[in-house]
Amino acid sequence: MSGNRIRLDKLGVVIAAIAVCGVFLAPFATFRANRIVPGEARTIFEALPSWAAVTLLLVLAVAAIIALLRVALPWRLAASLAALAALMLLVGLAANHLTPPENTYARVSPASGFWLLNFAFALLAADSFTRLRLTPVARIAVLALAALAVAAILYSGSWNGLSILKEYANRADSFWAEATKHVTLALGSLAAAVVAGIPLGILCHRVPALRDAVLNVLNIIQTIPSIALFGILIAPLGWIAVHVPGAAEIGIRGIGAAPAFVALFLYSLLPVVANTVVGLAGVPPAANDAARGVGMTARQRLFSIEFPLAFPVILTGIRIVLVQNIGLATIAALIGGGGFGVFVFQGIGQTAMDLVLLGAVPTVVLAFAAAIILDAATEMTAFNGARNEAVTA
Amino acid sequence: MKLSLPVFLRLFVLALLICFLVRPDWFEPVFKPLTQNNAPVIYNHGSLLTLTLQHLRIVFIATSAAAAVALALAILVTRPIGAEFLPLSRSLVNIGQTFPPVAVLALAVPAIGFGEKPTLIALFLYGLLPIFENALTGLTNLPVAVVEAARGVGMNERQRLVKVELPLALPVILAGIRLSVVISLATATIGSTVAAKTLGEVIIAGLISNNLAFVLQGGLIVGILAVLIYDGLSAVERMLARRMGLSVARAA
Repeated sequence: MSGNRIRLDKLGVVIAAIAVCGVFLAPFATFRANRIVPGEARTIFEALPSWAAVTLLLVLAVAAIIALLRVALPWRLAASLAALAALMLLVGLAANHLTPPENTYARVSPASGFWLLNFAFALLAADSFTRLRLTPVARIAVLALAALAVAAILYSGSWNGLSILKEYANRADSFWAEATKHVTLALGSLAAAVVAGIPLGILCHRVPALRDAVLNVLNIIQTIPSIALFGILIAPLGWIAVHVPGAAEIGIRGIGAAPAFVALFLYSLLPVVANTVVGLAGVPPAANDAARGVGMTARQRLFSIEFPLAFPVILTGIRIVLVQNIGLATIAALIGGGGFGVFVFQGIGQTAMDLVLLGAVPTVVLAFAAAIILDAATEMTAFNGARNEAVTA
Repeated sequence: MKLSLPVFLRLFVLALLICFLVRPDWFEPVFKPLTQNNAPVIYNHGSLLTLTLQHLRIVFIATSAAAAVALALAILVTRPIGAEFLPLSRSLVNIGQTFPPVAVLALAVPAIGFGEKPTLIALFLYGLLPIFENALTGLTNLPVAVVEAARGVGMNERQRLVKVELPLALPVILAGIRLSVVISLATATIGSTVAAKTLGEVIIAGLISNNLAFVLQGGLIVGILAVLIYDGLSAVERMLARRMGLSVARAA
């Protein structure tokens, strides 16, 4: 390779290396005679009918070569999406191929090779998306399309042979009940934190003496590990439930959703209050002076100048809280608060890893989707703010 | 150093914590009202001190490894040779932080089984992100004038990195390590659900046997430990930043 040397893409080299490991060194699927016995590894050729194995390898090889060469971004993106789609579609086929007919005990789940390949091409997709610099609306559209694609696969039933969906089939009702609890817990505590935190932030902005004290206390709370805080709250809430009339009737109890809700609310306060303070402090004095000049009252200034200008920063705080709450709500299951954590901890207890996945995967997906949507929303409001500023300037 | 009220308060809390870990039986009357039916008041399936030390050991090992790897990666992607990875590594940090620690922990179990190992791996992986993110911020937001001056006096790339860029980025990197330690302390607590020997064991034993005294003991030890460590590391950062500010001012 002297003369016209081909310049390889460095990221492409990493991706191709991971993909090669995923294909040749790691199993594609795991087969188990029932849900808790140790699994047996199956390679791509063992797990798939030969036509499918060849197709998958071809798609992956072409995608890896495209990743290695320095080709235009849309091609790289298309290659990564094609590879991911092929993996997603064929893993369901592997389940049907490996499960003996009429056998309802056997379990097939994706194995490390499958996850490595997904990781490799997700890296390529993430890199392409980052470099494409999509607009916020386009990012949400991509997210919606991805969600639709997954929903279509789920609806078509081609994943039904996979172990995680067999776990789901066994507890479809409780899955949705826990999902509702999880989302209610995460969003409810966020809503409460916004309602309490924004006024508190405004107050802290106006009264500097209060600011340090409030932020310090919230910082300390944020530092306390979640199980510890859940545990510490059990005692006082239990006391309230017994001694305050009416408290038990509205659901305040020592264990269950109440301490989880209070803990998540307390964790949520710091990002909301701190970002409100930072956002308000960042309002340009000129904007405020101008508003004062045209005779706006303090209240009018707050609602029509300061708050809109600070909003993107506050929204960033809300994003942090939402992603954090979706993750932390998992731990609520330990104190009987429900949520996806129920499956995670049940699965750990029964060493049934597919049950762990049934709890963990929706949590990760929810947190990821929330991050994308709120990032896009923040960027849109910041953009509008900048435009408004430009118009007034 | 003057013994001001905040310093005194911290020392007092620390002394109380050590006292409790060494002689928990002294505190029995405090926790007694929380138990029912003559249940044990002080955690009795192992020494609280040993559990605390094991907890700290896991956090220390995982955070040291995470700091070394994260720093190496951050240096790599901010050099010309790794520049191609910079945009991707930024988005990876963003994506990685949406993974809840519990999920990382739970997903590590199928790969390596129960015990200390999945906890260490989850702590390591999750600890990487804040350190890497802060190291990136620190190494990419250096004052241009200083870097130019270092180049001007003829420092080579390695000298610039070791003598100028890393020292200037150090306070930000330390802030990342502090965040990472706090997250690790929390995640290690959850690690006891996958049979790692940490303080979470005390809380979970209390939840299972409906013993509030256990729950509160575990919760308070972990909580106070986290707050004290966070506070101590912040103080180290402030000290370093001050020294850096002074030395920069003196050099100028």
